[in-house]
Amino acid sequence: MSTNPLHVSPPARDNGALPPSAKRASTWASLNSVRRYLVNQLVTVLAVMSTVVVIVPLVAILVYLIYMGASSLNLAFFTHIPAPVGETGGGMANAMVGSGVILGVASLLGIPVGIGAGVYLAEFGRGSLLAAAIRFTADVLNGVPSIVMGIAAWVLLVKGRGFSALAGGVALAIMMVPTITRTTEEMLATVPHAIREAALGLGVPKWRTVLSVSLKTASPGIITGCMLAFARVAGETAPLLFTAFGNQFWSFKLTEPIAALPLQIYAYAISPYDEWHRLAWAGSLVLIAMIMVAVTLVRIYASRGVLKGAS
Amino acid sequence: MARTLTSFVGEAEQAAPEAAPSPIRKFLTARGSGSLADKTFAGLMLLCGFSIFGIVLFILAVLISQSKLSLHQFGLSFFKSTAWDPVAGDFGALPFIAGTLMTSFLALAMAVPLAMGVAIFLSELCPAKLRAPISFVTELLAAIPSVVYGLWAFFVLVPIMRDQLGPFLSKYLGWTGLFEGYNFGVGILTASIILAIMILPIISSITRDIMIAVPISQREAVLALGATRWEMIRTGVLRNARIGIVGAVILGLGRALGETMAVTMVIGNHPEVAKSLFAPGYTLASVLANEFSEASGDLYLSSLVEIGLVLFLVTIVVNGIARGLVWAVTRGTPARAN
Repeated sequence: MSTNPLHVSPPARDNGALPPSAKRASTWASLNSVRRYLVNQLVTVLAVMSTVVVIVPLVAILVYLIYMGASSLNLAFFTHIPAPVGETGGGMANAMVGSGVILGVASLLGIPVGIGAGVYLAEFGRGSLLAAAIRFTADVLNGVPSIVMGIAAWVLLVKGRGFSALAGGVALAIMMVPTITRTTEEMLATVPHAIREAALGLGVPKWRTVLSVSLKTASPGIITGCMLAFARVAGETAPLLFTAFGNQFWSFKLTEPIAALPLQIYAYAISPYDEWHRLAWAGSLVLIAMIMVAVTLVRIYASRGVLKGAS
Repeated sequence: MARTLTSFVGEAEQAAPEAAPSPIRKFLTARGSGSLADKTFAGLMLLCGFSIFGIVLFILAVLISQSKLSLHQFGLSFFKSTAWDPVAGDFGALPFIAGTLMTSFLALAMAVPLAMGVAIFLSELCPAKLRAPISFVTELLAAIPSVVYGLWAFFVLVPIMRDQLGPFLSKYLGWTGLFEGYNFGVGILTASIILAIMILPIISSITRDIMIAVPISQREAVLALGATRWEMIRTGVLRNARIGIVGAVILGLGRALGETMAVTMVIGNHPEVAKSLFAPGYTLASVLANEFSEASGDLYLSSLVEIGLVLFLVTIVVNGIARGLVWAVTRGTPARAN
């Protein structure tokens, strides 16, 4: 780096980590070392405290959600559709199925394209300017607010046609592509080159090598990457607000408005009824449980290493 | 590798100049070894790669074409006007831009110092045993959906804000003029707090990654000169990682600018440029969430799409800068699984 990182204040031979008992130093130097010692201790305390200040409320949120959700969850939640206003009971069965439909559409559209782009980056375009540009664009696209994807899907599929499950799926698919592209690329980059060369040396064509050797070797990592993207979009509400729109009843058609778990949670949370608030908490717990399972699986695979022993 | 293979095949063909393809060649072609299959596959993958450009360009084209009406009608005054009157057909984005900037920067002001502390703790001070569980928890928290944070904020944070924190702030910090007016519980400050909670995990984990990427030899050199641990962190680590840390903060800003659901649930949704932090506000993303599906009239819809366009362009620029900065620092270091 440009600045000299070795620059330290003049009395450097005075060991600042020592407690102020270093008597042989002059008064000024010893005062300075006391100051340095205290600043060091202060910063350590501040760093530990900020970690505590951050971790404690965050864990508290998690525990509170689990507590509220668990006390509101019952069998009816999984088997019934929402009850009319004023009646107790009811559940979010249609919303869970609806989320499944939307996420299925999103996965069907988003996963192949995402993996394909990742394969291009890792196997065909490695080191090229075009690949760098695609990689950068994917990272930037990753940060675009989800509600903007909703507008794009709205213009493409809803305008003049009406709200539909398909539009919700497309909005979520657009969000999945950049995430999957980047994880696929990273996972393929961990596949040792010798394996590819062995396949090519046996006369296997390149496309076959990519499909049966590279992708197959990296598949656990790629699958978990897809699950991570899936978990990320599973909780998305904003892009569904004006694409899938939500529905109080059963719906399986791709061309009609459909219920989704995050949408239902939102609608119930801002409603004035206690019974609906209860269902919102229960829905949140189900959503989080789903996402936690995915994230934990990813974590396990990531820590195990995709290719332990292979390289 | 592939080139040597094809040239080898080429030599073999030259050695046996028969008119009819050999049985071996037939066999290979039948199994997809022709150059056509390879080219098709490479082309298909390239197409997938280009689809990412396609998505960005498509979104841009759609947003511009759909907001033409409002762009034409209001021009630049759209960004200066505080009017938001669907009935009279008069629209201005200033209250939303102000609300978005206020909440995002307040959230950064709260989150960045804490995130730095967490990152320093995790990368320099943390016992190895604690490191994995803490980063696991932060990862989990980053994965909690926005609507769930919103639910929590709506039922827990808003009452705390209304009954405890709000009165406390107006009593002791009321002289600053920032905490005036009626405290509803919902408002700019509440939205900023939930935003800060939501962007903390991302800023701290990226900052930690960047600090870990600083070579150990830098730390050892500074320590060998007799520096205390903090002096080592300041001169050896933070100074080297500063560009990447700025990048991480800007990434957090990008997240905060586009955050929709949690903010919509606690900001109060009132299109006015607020002077007090207790006042309800509105952000670019939350006006879209609330009004887009109910917008009637072409001009209304077009104005909302223009707000989406502003949001898109701002987040593209912010994320572009941030990614560039983070890359400048972590480039060359191997990708880390955790």
